[in-house]
Amino acid sequence: MTTMPLGVKTTAHSAAAAARATDLSKVYGEGETQVIALDSVSVEFRQAEFTAIMGPSGSGKSTLMHCMAGLDTISSGSARIGDVELTTLKDKKLTQLRRDKIGFIFQAFNLLPTLNALENITLPMDIAGRKADQAWLDQVVATVGLAGRLKHRPNQLSGGQQQRVAVARALAGQPEIIFADEPTGNLDSRSGAEVLGFLRNSVREMGQTIVMVTHDPVAASYSDRVVFLADGRIVDELRNPTADGVLDRMKRFDAKGRTS
Amino acid sequence: MLRTALRNVLAHKARLLMTVLAVMLGVAFVAGTLVFTNTISDAYQKSSQKGFQGVDVAITPDKKDDDSANPGEPPRLSQQLLDRASKVSGADSAYGVVQGDSALADKKGDLIGGGFSNRGGNYYPGADGKDARYNMTEGRAPKATGEIALDSKTAERGHYKPGDSIRVSVNGPVRTEKVVGVFTTDDGNVAAGGTLALYDTATAQKLMGKPGQFDEIDVKAAAGTSQATLKSSIDKVLPEQAKADTAKKLAKDQAKAIEDGMSSLQTAMLVFAGIALFVGIFIIVNTFSMLVAQRTKELALMRAVGATRRQVTRSVLIEATIVGAIAAVVGLVAGVGIGAVLRSVLNSTGAKVPDGPLIVAPTTVLVSVLVGVVVTVLSAWLPGRRAAKIPPVAAMNSVHATPTTRGLVVRNTIGAILAAAGIALVISGAGMGSDGQGPMAFGAAVLVIGVFVLTPLLSRPLIAAAAPVLRIFGMPGKLARQNAVRNPRRTAATASALMVGLTLITGMTVIAGSMQKGIDKMAADGLRSDYVVSMGGTGGRPLSPEVSKTLAKLPEVTSISALRSSPARVAGDTDSLTGVDPKAIKDLVNVDFTEGSFAALGGTKALIDDKIADEHDWKVGSTIPVTYEDGRSGKLTVGGVYKGNQMIRGVMVDNAAVTPHMATVADFQVMLKTKGGATEHNKDLLKKTLGENPAIKIQNKQDTSDEIASAFTLMLNMLYGLLAMAVIVAVLGVINTLAMSVFERSKEIGMLRAIGLDRSGIKRMVRLESLVISLFGGVLGLGLGVFFGWAVGELIAAELPSYELVLPWARMGLFLLMAAFVGAIAALWPARRASKLNMLMAIKAE
Repeated sequence: MTTMPLGVKTTAHSAAAAARATDLSKVYGEGETQVIALDSVSVEFRQAEFTAIMGPSGSGKSTLMHCMAGLDTISSGSARIGDVELTTLKDKKLTQLRRDKIGFIFQAFNLLPTLNALENITLPMDIAGRKADQAWLDQVVATVGLAGRLKHRPNQLSGGQQQRVAVARALAGQPEIIFADEPTGNLDSRSGAEVLGFLRNSVREMGQTIVMVTHDPVAASYSDRVVFLADGRIVDELRNPTADGVLDRMKRFDAKGRTS
Repeated sequence: MLRTALRNVLAHKARLLMTVLAVMLGVAFVAGTLVFTNTISDAYQKSSQKGFQGVDVAITPDKKDDDSANPGEPPRLSQQLLDRASKVSGADSAYGVVQGDSALADKKGDLIGGGFSNRGGNYYPGADGKDARYNMTEGRAPKATGEIALDSKTAERGHYKPGDSIRVSVNGPVRTEKVVGVFTTDDGNVAAGGTLALYDTATAQKLMGKPGQFDEIDVKAAAGTSQATLKSSIDKVLPEQAKADTAKKLAKDQAKAIEDGMSSLQTAMLVFAGIALFVGIFIIVNTFSMLVAQRTKELALMRAVGATRRQVTRSVLIEATIVGAIAAVVGLVAGVGIGAVLRSVLNSTGAKVPDGPLIVAPTTVLVSVLVGVVVTVLSAWLPGRRAAKIPPVAAMNSVHATPTTRGLVVRNTIGAILAAAGIALVISGAGMGSDGQGPMAFGAAVLVIGVFVLTPLLSRPLIAAAAPVLRIFGMPGKLARQNAVRNPRRTAATASALMVGLTLITGMTVIAGSMQKGIDKMAADGLRSDYVVSMGGTGGRPLSPEVSKTLAKLPEVTSISALRSSPARVAGDTDSLTGVDPKAIKDLVNVDFTEGSFAALGGTKALIDDKIADEHDWKVGSTIPVTYEDGRSGKLTVGGVYKGNQMIRGVMVDNAAVTPHMATVADFQVMLKTKGGATEHNKDLLKKTLGENPAIKIQNKQDTSDEIASAFTLMLNMLYGLLAMAVIVAVLGVINTLAMSVFERSKEIGMLRAIGLDRSGIKRMVRLESLVISLFGGVLGLGLGVFFGWAVGELIAAELPSYELVLPWARMGLFLLMAAFVGAIAALWPARRASKLNMLMAIKAE
């Protein structure tokens, strides 16, 4: 908790950090071909908050998410989920951490085609050999509106329904934090709005923590807080964003990016 | 088009690797077989040609085909003929050849050469005192009774040198001779690892023939006389039952015989190479199906921009041609290596192959390359056709759905009809006795095709049956089961490849085991004797009557009979008479009589088996007209009719009735019973009494049974070895399928890793899928194998009444274990690959 991101204000109901990066750097390649994807990023994602990470392509937003979620290795600095320092973990422990403490929603190819909707939702718990909390599961399923379709296979569901299954899967295990990578990227705007609504509700009503990477200002407007990334650094932050507000900021970075 | 195809091949190098390997192995097997057989055939032919050096015309006894008056062997050649032949115009010299058996003992008393070819001959000194056939390298040629010369390889193997004593058995009694010389020769049998002992001519005639008689007379032409001219002058002095041939013709005949012998070996090996190639087809089909499926968009785009269906198919086929050609050429090179290795392996086992160059005939090259290319292209034809059916619009859609469900319904119906017809044909064939072969073979082929067609359908219930076991492995187990049935066609093709090998292995094991049991049982039931004495080695060589006489004198021997066989004509049919001792035989063999008994045997009373009785409608008291070996006619009376089997059948008479007519009195077996039964003591006694003879086998029932077992074991092991190739190719198929699956499911695997399945879980998932597919193939193979084993057994049972189906449970368990092992091995690399998959690359959206 050394470097505080710009303009961070602590909110009453989310005092503790669900995940935190400190001086996190990610460097690809060596020598002349070296690319700095993340340059000493320090950021905190608080509990029960819906954070959007935004930035132009190549800004490092996906890399930041991958590093924070234990999907990618870190060149230097620290990344923590709750109290657990990711950099010290071996693959097996890291996998367990992802399984037990993190939920994932990807842009596409979220579900196993051989499993039905319900089996997909309980997949992380089945892998862990844990029994799902039935009451919670029922609540999640009801929330995302999949009650009648639990026995359907992914190929019998629409894209929006599939992504709702993915959301339910991420929520079902009650993880400490959910990472969503462009969750509406492959959806039409109505389905996208639905999915984003569920994500926001899960934060508001269930106290879930969500970090979402997106390049869509409308998607970002569903969040509580937007973190802007450019050239591997955090350059700005916006609380209680609107789509227009986000768009304005984005334009500024684009302009800066071009002049610098 | 060619450029596109070439690019595609290069782009998919890794994915084509298993296909190339599979084709390569098949081609290498074909090429190896051809190189090996050609090389050996050539070496034998060269060595046999050498054997005819110094011979221009050879005279041999000749049996005229239509000579019904003389059922026996034609007489040997006389000294007078030799004298006459050496004096005809154009003859330079002539020598007489005496041939026979001579088993040699090494210094420990064991047979040298393992009974493969233990020959004896005569040293016939010419005008210069030397025999051109044999080159004495040590000592001198044998000149008198008691002297012997050995070929150099035999001398080396037995550690003999001139001056040593050696124990020799020609047809029974053991003789101790003095080694006087060692020689080298071009004789084919010696070159092939047989032993050859030489005597002086008079001794050789006395031991192996009759004094003054030869088995062959070789004449050398005087300078300037052609072989044909010499032959025509010799033809004029020939007696009726002899013929003359030029050495050229004999060499040609022998070369042809060698080639014929080799060609059956070649055919047998090529059958197994064909099986390996056939198994490879499944892999090729799988690979190209996948490549086409992955390139759906690309191919649709080609169609959209104007490529015709034919062009699309052709691009796939050109790709297959390139792959096939590369695999074939590599396979050919590997095959030449295999051919060379096989020869040295054969040499190291003691069966010596004459030296000669490695023969890589142009046809070998042509056939190998052609086989590789044709098999690959034909297998890729179906996927190529499917590629052509991709509509141009598929280029725009994200997913091109093939009509899988309908396709499978049609497929299953066809498969079910084929399988049912196949089963019906095989079962009806099994009920038809020896006539059932045709329908059964056809039915088996139809059934196998039916099962191939049905495997996708069968995969679901059979793999679902494994669910309870897989549940133990948690989520990876469940995923493995579902993945295994995800692409039923591919799983089916992969499992079928393994099924082919296992069907054959299981079927052969069942048949061999049952047959062994049947023969064993027949021997046990048919024999009452404690011991059977016969000559060792191959091909029922005769035993001197001395043997039974010697043994009969032992007080421990309670009952003994020499068994003699004499060629004869029975009621006009070529047959033979089996001579036995009428007093002893009832204690030594066990047969069921339908009429009469052993008591009737004696004088001119004969016992006949039920088949002969039925054929001629003979009963007790009927008269049998016979022509004996020496051409004399006689009459036998039926004294009894017994049920014949593979061991005891035909016309059985008193030895006294047949012996006077035999040209050479010899026994093919002596059966005896001893006081106290078959004991070590009695066996030792018999052995000692016969002078620790290296050539004579003394077997009790257990020995006979062991001998049968070891023959079957040897045969089975050879078959296993040959079928191993098919299994190896099937392993490649499983690897191929898994690698393809891992590649196709990389996104899924990435997602699973992300949401918390660790590396070992991913590995387990791939491994279990592999096990499930392999065991599926294994179970199908075992099932089919047992069914075919049973069906073929029904045919055998018609010939061998004591045959009974024996299911080798332990072996079958072993085969299933082997299938599991195949699965485990095949999964090693794909599982590793899957676990090392880059998660981030995998989950990245397109």
